[in-house]
Amino acid sequence: MASNPQYRGSALVPFVFALFLVVLTFATVYIFAARIWWFPESITALGRAIDAQFMRTLWITGIVFFLAQLALAFVLVRYRDRGGRAHYSHGNNTMEILWTTATAILFVGLGVAAEGAWAAYHSQAPAANPLTVEITGKQFAWTFRYPGPDGQFGRTAPDLVNDAAGNPLGLDLNDPAAQDDIVTPVLGVPVNRDVVALLKTKDVTHDFFVRELRFKQDTVPGMTIRLQFRAEKPGSYEVVCAELCGLGHHRMRTELQVLPPEEFERWLAEQGTF
Amino acid sequence: MATHANAAVHEAPRGFIRKYIFSRDHKVIGIQYYLLALVAVFVGMFLSLLMRLHLVWPNLELPFFGVMTPEQYLALMTMHGTIMVFFVLTTAPQSGFGNYFLPIQIGAPDMAFPTLNMLSFWFTFVSFLVLLAAFFITGGAPISGWTAYVPLSALGEIAGPGLGWGQSLWIISIAIFAGASLMGALNFITTTLDLRTKGMSLGRLPLTVWAWFITAILALLGFAVLLAAGILLLLDRHAGTSFFVPGGLIVSDKLIPHRGGSPLLWQHLFWFFGHPEVYIAILPGMGIVSHVLSTFSRKPIFGYRAMVLAMSAIAFLGLMVWGHHMFMSGMSPYSAFAFSLLTMSIGVPSAIKTFNWLGTLWGGQIRFTTAMLFAVGFVSLFVSGGLSGIFLAQPAVDIPLHDTYFVVAHFHIIMGVAAIFGIFAATYYWFPKITGRHMSKPLGKLHFWLTFVGVYAIFMPMHFLGLAGHPRRYADTTAVTFLEPLNPVHFFMTIAAFITIAVQLVFVLNLVWSLWKGKKAAINPWEATTLEWTVSSPPPHDNFGGHYPRIYRGPYEYSVPGADKDYIPQHLPEAVPAAGTGD
Repeated sequence: MASNPQYRGSALVPFVFALFLVVLTFATVYIFAARIWWFPESITALGRAIDAQFMRTLWITGIVFFLAQLALAFVLVRYRDRGGRAHYSHGNNTMEILWTTATAILFVGLGVAAEGAWAAYHSQAPAANPLTVEITGKQFAWTFRYPGPDGQFGRTAPDLVNDAAGNPLGLDLNDPAAQDDIVTPVLGVPVNRDVVALLKTKDVTHDFFVRELRFKQDTVPGMTIRLQFRAEKPGSYEVVCAELCGLGHHRMRTELQVLPPEEFERWLAEQGTF
Repeated sequence: MATHANAAVHEAPRGFIRKYIFSRDHKVIGIQYYLLALVAVFVGMFLSLLMRLHLVWPNLELPFFGVMTPEQYLALMTMHGTIMVFFVLTTAPQSGFGNYFLPIQIGAPDMAFPTLNMLSFWFTFVSFLVLLAAFFITGGAPISGWTAYVPLSALGEIAGPGLGWGQSLWIISIAIFAGASLMGALNFITTTLDLRTKGMSLGRLPLTVWAWFITAILALLGFAVLLAAGILLLLDRHAGTSFFVPGGLIVSDKLIPHRGGSPLLWQHLFWFFGHPEVYIAILPGMGIVSHVLSTFSRKPIFGYRAMVLAMSAIAFLGLMVWGHHMFMSGMSPYSAFAFSLLTMSIGVPSAIKTFNWLGTLWGGQIRFTTAMLFAVGFVSLFVSGGLSGIFLAQPAVDIPLHDTYFVVAHFHIIMGVAAIFGIFAATYYWFPKITGRHMSKPLGKLHFWLTFVGVYAIFMPMHFLGLAGHPRRYADTTAVTFLEPLNPVHFFMTIAAFITIAVQLVFVLNLVWSLWKGKKAAINPWEATTLEWTVSSPPPHDNFGGHYPRIYRGPYEYSVPGADKDYIPQHLPEAVPAAGTGD
């Protein structure tokens, strides 16, 4: 017996469905390809490596997206109920093995290809003479500390923290190493020099995020996290918080100023010691 | 294989309260869960609508709020996420439809533990009330998100509004919910293993039953850990312990007296539950979609065994990938390697499922019922939402994308909308069985088309906000300069959300209207093969009246060559040419 015509429904439905899938597919591919909304240009070499891996992923997932959505559109139209009998099949083991192997190689291979950039992000050794900066988050501001001429950060203690007295980090002024420390609300760094960032927080978890650096790291209570970056292009970039930290999360922003070396030294001197 | 020869045929209770309120009947309990989820989803959608309006018109006077403050926005966001994840996505597909149809599909009179079943529903109900109560107390609902990251969620009101009793109520609600889910999971597992009727071997289970069974195992492992984590957090807040809070924190200029705890411990415990939770939400949808696609393609499921193995693999791997939520958390970068490759591996069984769905449609005689439209929509959404996961699973690519709207787009499409499409497919498919009446076709189609276009219009653009670096959970987009050019995208999404949410009223109208006026449904209106289509619509109190069917074949015998109809129900004896049960 042929299939029951009462369920066939309008032939328009599969065509409209397929049309929608085609429009969706092409519109999505177009918006990605035209880069109408996109990353800002990267100002680090590592950022370019990340972008390259992003593009590899975009190509692979883009092709899969394109083929899968259009295949779906095709079967809806081609195999709409036309009064015949469906093809009786419980599947095909060869095909199962084929597509399992193919996707395993594709996806796991892609994952392996991404590991290099991740390893570099976390474990590259700084070149000679890096600049070390301590980055501290608090509800809802960023504070930056430079060690000063002695190259050493002075002692801090939680019970010395006093925002009103201008000592947001609790610097112990009895420690000689603390006396030349420089504390600023804006992050200035010299261009083309490795910056070692020591990321901390005073209260809850925050996240230090600069889009152009392709740099994002949670600042975790009780931990000091060490990461580094090297900015290659002078300019001013926005620093935002990317981990929910309370009611002022959306306005926890400041600036990263990438400066030519001499200008950086001048800027740092202007900040004055603590 | 177990039988239930000795299972007592229980009599239908008399009296309204025992029949409809404190019922031990799995079908009534299933409907109770479904209605709870229906109320919850409208609350959740309403909250999201307020959020979307605020993002586009920050100075708008809103009902109940006036001009919304950042803490009110974050409270809405926290409650939206919590309500949707727990009380909709966990409740409807598993506890709702699973309760109603798992016993019938395996030929059982009820769940293995009917009283436990009743308790698990009422625990869930109380948990929902406790959660909503957070809106009405001083300080309001918590602002720490559905993930309740410590120490924000551990310190009390000093860390922000809503973090006092609002946060405590949230934790208590989640702990009760976890308890309820554990009871439900035990029931599902025991029922599937012990109450199958004669001939219902594991290889003949409908894929829906496989999905509910595997989901129950995930729930048992995941919710136990969430319950423990919730108790520890509650102790940190109220008993002065320090499981999660380290020493030396200064919040609002006050030194916090805790010491020795680890914020990352909370994240590990939370995501050990939280990632399997994604699969708890989506696996039942996969089962339902497989079931519906097979029925309306008039074809056996393509690769039945591969589908079961793929679901098992997704669940197994799903327990080992929680760390991909924590690439930027300060966790060891070495463990990120492992979590990343395991996560990429989940793409493999997910792809197998997609291929098999396409294979099921291929060569079919597709009937475009409303249920089928939603099932096909699910496949499209599953592809779209799954592929964005490939980006996030690579820690290096996750650096710019983590905690941006790209993530919000990803999980809304795959976990939110795809799972909801599974619920819709199930609703349109089983409504005739549950109520004895059909839902309106024209209203159903209107609902589908506007919803399908609508959800893509809301969530596709979110990817682009993420690429541009827009952090999620921002109450306001005016403080950060680079967000300004993205305002038109927000505007578009808000309009799309408004329309899509309004369209859901068509669905409710259809539900209510069809309940009274819908066309009467026959026993097997879809010409389907599984056991729920052998009993009356609605089924009698003990499902089979004490005469349990014997099962002779696999669940999806459609279009068998030589058979006079294009479907052979599972319970029909071997009068027709035998069909293979496997692939």
